[in-house]
Amino acid sequence: MKNTMLRTAVAAAALLSAPAFADEDANLVINDEIEITVRAAAPAHMENVDEIFSGWVFRSDETQAMQVDDFDNPGMIWVEAGAETFASVDGSEGKSCASCHNSPEDLAGVKAVYPKWNEAAGEVRTIQMQVNDCRENRMGAEPWKIDSGDMLNMEALLASVSRGVPVNVAIDGPVQSTWEQGKEIYYTRFGQLELSCANCHEDNYGNMIRADHLSQGQINGFPTYRLKNAKLNGVQGRFKGCVRDTRAEPFSAGSPEFIALELYVASRGNGLSVEGPSVRN
Amino acid sequence: MASGVKPRVKVPKSAAAGEAITIKTLISHNMESGQRKDSDGNIIPRSIINRFTCDFNGQNVIDITLEPAISTNPYFEFEALVPEAGEFKFTWYDDDGDVYEDAKPIAIA
Repeated sequence: MKNTMLRTAVAAAALLSAPAFADEDANLVINDEIEITVRAAAPAHMENVDEIFSGWVFRSDETQAMQVDDFDNPGMIWVEAGAETFASVDGSEGKSCASCHNSPEDLAGVKAVYPKWNEAAGEVRTIQMQVNDCRENRMGAEPWKIDSGDMLNMEALLASVSRGVPVNVAIDGPVQSTWEQGKEIYYTRFGQLELSCANCHEDNYGNMIRADHLSQGQINGFPTYRLKNAKLNGVQGRFKGCVRDTRAEPFSAGSPEFIALELYVASRGNGLSVEGPSVRN
Repeated sequence: MASGVKPRVKVPKSAAAGEAITIKTLISHNMESGQRKDSDGNIIPRSIINRFTCDFNGQNVIDITLEPAISTNPYFEFEALVPEAGEFKFTWYDDDGDVYEDAKPIAIA
């Protein structure tokens, strides 16, 4: 449908004269050991895009550099906080996460397959919903709010131990109808500005929208430390920000619409590495 | 106010004598500026790290004054000459009188 190669070349040429420099050919290796796949062939279900890029590719040299070393990545502060929570007992059962899962490293690779189908509950679950299921049913603890501080710390911890593992979200079988719903939302124009996700993140990635360098809207790097608010940001909170910017009334974090959208957008990143906590602007 | 404050330091384990090494420090701290108001309109009192020092074997390497405009979790990266084996000592001074310390030894390779 579209000539992606040509568009990328044009975008790169335009960048040479733009103030927001980004090294689009750079590769990401964290701590000199974890190789991150920041560009990959698009998964088969994506009809309009040939190659997928991590949002890291679109950021400035300085922002890119912050993610190369864990000491320079401010998001790791919250990973440490998450690790403390992982080991602390909470709830009526006297258990911590570590009581069942030993160490966070035992859960390496888990982040890469979420959102996924939960057979017992008969629903699509984000990793945050699964964490809350553990808290309520195994620990007897109060569930955390979606995208709340404690929840994002835990998600960042789970992401950090999965870094380098390719995102591999299932889109068929029982999740298919939810996935279709997510796709529908992705291509639906919302708000007074009548923008769909695709208008920016599929048709115009690499271009500038006012001062912002548009990425493909990949979520492999979430939770994300954003320089603009100096804290971790969750996927669904980010969706809310995007929908708000179209001047629409956003869905709420944890709503069925955003769960479906998270599944669909995650599947658009199948093949990229889990990268969270990433650093973005 | 001094909750969740944790200093972190990254220093190479060894260096050649006379070599300039890069030191990175980070301390998790709210750095409340004293300019913000809470939901009732009352000013949230200032609470920041106001001074950071680094010493090597008793000799001062760097002494920094921090101001309220510095954002949360202040990070410093600087270079230091290492003439001999010894210990880098790092000290952060909080508005509330607390002092946070960390130290890292370095060997001569």
